[in-house]
Amino acid sequence: MGLHARPAMQFVDLANQFTSEVRVLKGGDEPVEADGKSVMQMIVLEATQGTPLTIEANGDDADEAVKQLAELFESKFGEE
Amino acid sequence: MEIKKGIGVSPGVVISTAIVIDAEDLVIPKRNITPDAIPHEIERLSRAIDATIVDLQKLRDDVTNQHGKEIGGIFDFHIGILRDKLLRNQIVAEIEKNHATAEYASSVVMRRYANKFLAMTDRVLSERVKDIHDIEKGLLRSLIGQKHQDLAHLTQDVIVIAHDLLPSQTAALDRSHVKGFATDAGGRTSHTAIVARAMGIPAVVGLGNITSEVSGGDQVIIDGTRGMVIVNPDEDQLTEHREYEKKQLQLESDLATLRDLPAQTLDGHAVSLQANIEFPGEIDDAVIRGAQGIGLYRTEFLYLAADHEPDEEEHYAAYAEALERLQGKPLVIRTLDLGADKYTQEKAQNPERNPFLGDRSIRMCLHDIPMFKRQLRAIMRSSVLGDVRIMFPMISTLMELRQAKMVLNDVIEELEEDGIPFRRDIPIGIMIEVPSAALMANNFAKEVNFFSIGTNDLIQYTLAVDRTNERVAGLFCPAHPAVLALIRDVIRAGARNSVSVSVCGEMAGEPLYTLLLLGLGLTTFSMNGPDIPEVKKIIRSVTTEHARNVARKVMSFDSERQVMHFLREETRKIIPEAF
Repeated sequence: MGLHARPAMQFVDLANQFTSEVRVLKGGDEPVEADGKSVMQMIVLEATQGTPLTIEANGDDADEAVKQLAELFESKFGEE
Repeated sequence: MEIKKGIGVSPGVVISTAIVIDAEDLVIPKRNITPDAIPHEIERLSRAIDATIVDLQKLRDDVTNQHGKEIGGIFDFHIGILRDKLLRNQIVAEIEKNHATAEYASSVVMRRYANKFLAMTDRVLSERVKDIHDIEKGLLRSLIGQKHQDLAHLTQDVIVIAHDLLPSQTAALDRSHVKGFATDAGGRTSHTAIVARAMGIPAVVGLGNITSEVSGGDQVIIDGTRGMVIVNPDEDQLTEHREYEKKQLQLESDLATLRDLPAQTLDGHAVSLQANIEFPGEIDDAVIRGAQGIGLYRTEFLYLAADHEPDEEEHYAAYAEALERLQGKPLVIRTLDLGADKYTQEKAQNPERNPFLGDRSIRMCLHDIPMFKRQLRAIMRSSVLGDVRIMFPMISTLMELRQAKMVLNDVIEELEEDGIPFRRDIPIGIMIEVPSAALMANNFAKEVNFFSIGTNDLIQYTLAVDRTNERVAGLFCPAHPAVLALIRDVIRAGARNSVSVSVCGEMAGEPLYTLLLLGLGLTTFSMNGPDIPEVKKIIRSVTTEHARNVARKVMSFDSERQVMHFLREETRKIIPEAF
């Protein structure tokens, strides 16, 4: 599942509901990090379908944030 | 400190703070702002982002209603990007770190992202670069639009720096705070030049790239007399120019006290000093400076300001407004004088090879009778509201005058049929600006009520010189004995036939020629409003006898150099500070 405009916005909308800092890391040859609350950065991350991503959160509601954001990925952004 | 040379199109010196209007094509020049302007730029950025989001939401809703959710959703992406706090912070950082304008900072940050999009391997994502450009444009448009808004609500005195002012921009200006203009483009007859002269503020145009060399907030000296702009002047220059500015202000306030004094010579011979205008809004200012009427209302602006030919009601509205402002003072409306200008030439299907000798002015009107009639009908309708007079420009043969009068008679008959009131005794006159008309002034005098000598064109056609052509502009001179002989003869022909004569060209407002024109027997001078006080001062300082002697002597010279030298000496004797 590639992180195109619509899913990126869904992800960011959800991330912004938490007070915790959210970061998304892309591994591979050139590891890149994005602010999970910025649409622009999430798109520039160029996370095409099948790219392994790591979601990190830091703050009071960090656990809940990571849980819900991961679920969003698992549900394939509610599409299908 | 930097000195730039341009064309001085409106005299005077002013020192003030610059405000830069960016070009409409959204090319954002790199400019630095002063540190204390940073909060203002950040505030502007926030307002622009909010405004752009509101615009996009409306657009999204409209598009969704018309074309469905799929297409409307594109704008959700744009809105999402604009709401991105990180992006906003990056632009703010650019403003703070590099002292950039909100426009420049937005442009830099958005283009940085655009490059990242272009570098992507995923084609679908890479295509999104177009959206990034779109978002950038929307943001810039909003920022620049804001600046136009700002211009209407200035809180301090400014000098306006622009590529070339558009009529829409000058219309929006808060004129009470604008103290000067400097533009990249333009010439003596450009819109900026005309507006500056009408406002009586200094202006320098044709500076090339002043917009990229001046930043908002810079201190700037504009010297419209010498065609110079000094950016961030040093102390010596500031002192020198402050002195000069003070002297000018003193001179102006002396002249202002002249306003209510009659324009008459020491021996009590009165003349009429009138103003030339382009739009009715200039009338109040002209009257403040002592204009006893409008001797030349150039109606071209009605055609140039709108992107369509004005209809009868638009003409009427302008004339009615002018007459209301004049409260009984005379208004000479010159019918359409377009044709040789760049606007019509650019629009023309077959540009003329020699437009100044071509289908311009009255010739153009006689080739488009319905258009001509619309204007004449509106003038006649307005005649019941005040002292209106009609003036036909560029008349070169009696036949043209007779044809124009026939069209006017048709209009009068139509008005009678429609039962619309108008004044039957409306005075009709012609511009004398072609040598053939000047030479036949005696014949023309039998068929009109007044003459107005348009010296600019009369000089151009008599001396065969295009003064906008730098290579020959030096040959253009009002003091040429041939030009003076024509003016003298026209004034004489008028006097013999009881036809009043005025001069409405630039010569009428030049103090150098006041003594001469007065001595030749001219009774009406029509000029740019700001020139009135100085001309009046000269008139009030001489006797008719003295002026006549000066004129007699001038007419005995055979070169323009002698004429100018003598007139300069004679005028200095009366007003030592004039030159």
